[in-house]
Amino acid sequence: MKKNGKHRKILTTFLKNRTSLIGACISVAMIFIAIFAPWISPIDPLKQNVYYRLTPPERGHLLGTDEYGRDVLSRIFTGTRISFFVGIVSVILGMVIGTGMGMLAGYAGGKVETALMRTLDIMMAFPDEVFGVMVMIVLGTGVENVIIAITVLMIPRFARMGHAPTLALKEQDYIAAAKSIGASDSRVLMRHVLPNIFGDILVMSTLWLGTAIRLEASLSFLGVGVPPPTPTLGSMVRAGVDFMGVAPWVSVFAGLAILVSIFGFNLLGDGLRDITDPKLYAR
Amino acid sequence: MIAYTIRRILIAVPTLIIVLTITFILVRIAPGDPAEVRLGDYATKESVEALRKEMGLDKSMWAQYLETLKGLLHGDFGRSMINGRPISEEIKRSLPYTVQLTLMGIIFGAIFGIPTGVYTALKRNTLSDYIGRTLSLGGLSFPTFYLGILLMFAFSIKIPIFPVVGGGDIHNLADNLHHLALPGLTLGLIMTAYVTRMARSSVLNTLNEDYVRTARAKGLTERKVIYKHLLRNSLLAITALIGVYAIVLIGGSVMVEIVFSRPGLGKMMIGALKQRDYTTLQAVMIIFASLVVLINLITDLTYGLIDPRVRYK
Repeated sequence: MKKNGKHRKILTTFLKNRTSLIGACISVAMIFIAIFAPWISPIDPLKQNVYYRLTPPERGHLLGTDEYGRDVLSRIFTGTRISFFVGIVSVILGMVIGTGMGMLAGYAGGKVETALMRTLDIMMAFPDEVFGVMVMIVLGTGVENVIIAITVLMIPRFARMGHAPTLALKEQDYIAAAKSIGASDSRVLMRHVLPNIFGDILVMSTLWLGTAIRLEASLSFLGVGVPPPTPTLGSMVRAGVDFMGVAPWVSVFAGLAILVSIFGFNLLGDGLRDITDPKLYAR
Repeated sequence: MIAYTIRRILIAVPTLIIVLTITFILVRIAPGDPAEVRLGDYATKESVEALRKEMGLDKSMWAQYLETLKGLLHGDFGRSMINGRPISEEIKRSLPYTVQLTLMGIIFGAIFGIPTGVYTALKRNTLSDYIGRTLSLGGLSFPTFYLGILLMFAFSIKIPIFPVVGGGDIHNLADNLHHLALPGLTLGLIMTAYVTRMARSSVLNTLNEDYVRTARAKGLTERKVIYKHLLRNSLLAITALIGVYAIVLIGGSVMVEIVFSRPGLGKMMIGALKQRDYTTLQAVMIIFASLVVLINLITDLTYGLIDPRVRYK
């Protein structure tokens, strides 16, 4: 019963927090597009039509066509699907691996901790775009490789999130109590440490989902992401730049889809952080 | 302070060495043999072997690594795999453009971001706070390349007051600044969003400090509390945190340089990537990471200088 009350309180705060509510609406709408892209696209996103090259938005092509006469709206739907797939999978992978590493490092302490955390710190000395490009060169282009590259970029962030609280938590009495009745290390980590930090990690992963989508777009904008002919939002923006003077709609709408996706997750994550931050209740 | 400085520099050195090692390994495991890449598809086996020898690729990995390290200590980045020219020269040409761009980005960000952040924090939960927060969150959501393209569309194509591409003549200040305007604005706006948020939360944190409550309790005017106690302390934190965004700044500069075809390290990196010029790529990666390490070092030292508590940690 008590748990229900707490959940209800979080839910009502959530509904009152307009920022996160708007963010949630945008995110749900974009996820809907991502899931149902193949069914809601008006035209096959790969279908070329030379008679309709760079046509401005009109009936039949609501957002116009690109330099091969392909429908921009349909391509944006498919591009959103790719972006969200890559973003969500890499954030989940980064969360599992990164948080795990961070918790382990914090819990084990000593040399393991130093080695692990120093390595991750050094990875963070490379700007995201630079490190991402580097990983993509080594692996070559392709959806799986973009996922790997972005996961690699997510790991240090989640590791930091998992590391610091574990350090503080392992000194707590109840952890000592759990150990004294014979709980194994993995049980302590999974049952006593993880539940305490999971909320924060979930909130941050909403924000980092936006980051992951931005990185996917940046990599494909630079030409090292998912290869053509698969439409990605970043590569659409890139291709449209050459026709900016005559057909701005290609770049502008594709970029808008990226912007709206990221903005949705940022609003949601930001609102959630406000709600879950206990300091704000006191104010 | 001297002990702290030495300690901090001693931490930076191994970081740089590991950065170099990671880059070296990544470049070596990347597909494609440098000699084959340089000679093209129709080269004979013998000529490839000869070139490998000339480029030192027949030596062991360890020997190559030590050679690279030795070269770097002398400021020598080796030669480009594609055209055989010394990479240091190319870097010397590109670096000023990137430094210009990032400096403009951070100065713009600080000038507009800090006051906005402080103001919205002091007026928290009012309409202006709400607008400020939404705008800065919007700025954070903007992919740098997209903002650049939109600005280029507006101010180079629709209203052609700024050049579309290029970096301008570095020795001609007016021309140079004319070319810097839009790229600088792009990076500056993104940085403003980051700095605004950081400044706001920093001021909010300071508002909860005991000494602010004490200052109020002893009857100081709100004005005095804000200027003498609050701002002084939160500005410290803001200065220090600007270093944290060095990564965002440098990553953003890569994207901006590509959008505006502006000479610079980012352009150099992507050019090297397209041509599979791994030695140039390695050099640029090392410079980028060193810049980040350097900015962090400077930030830490500045912070240590202003706030003695940091030194004794």
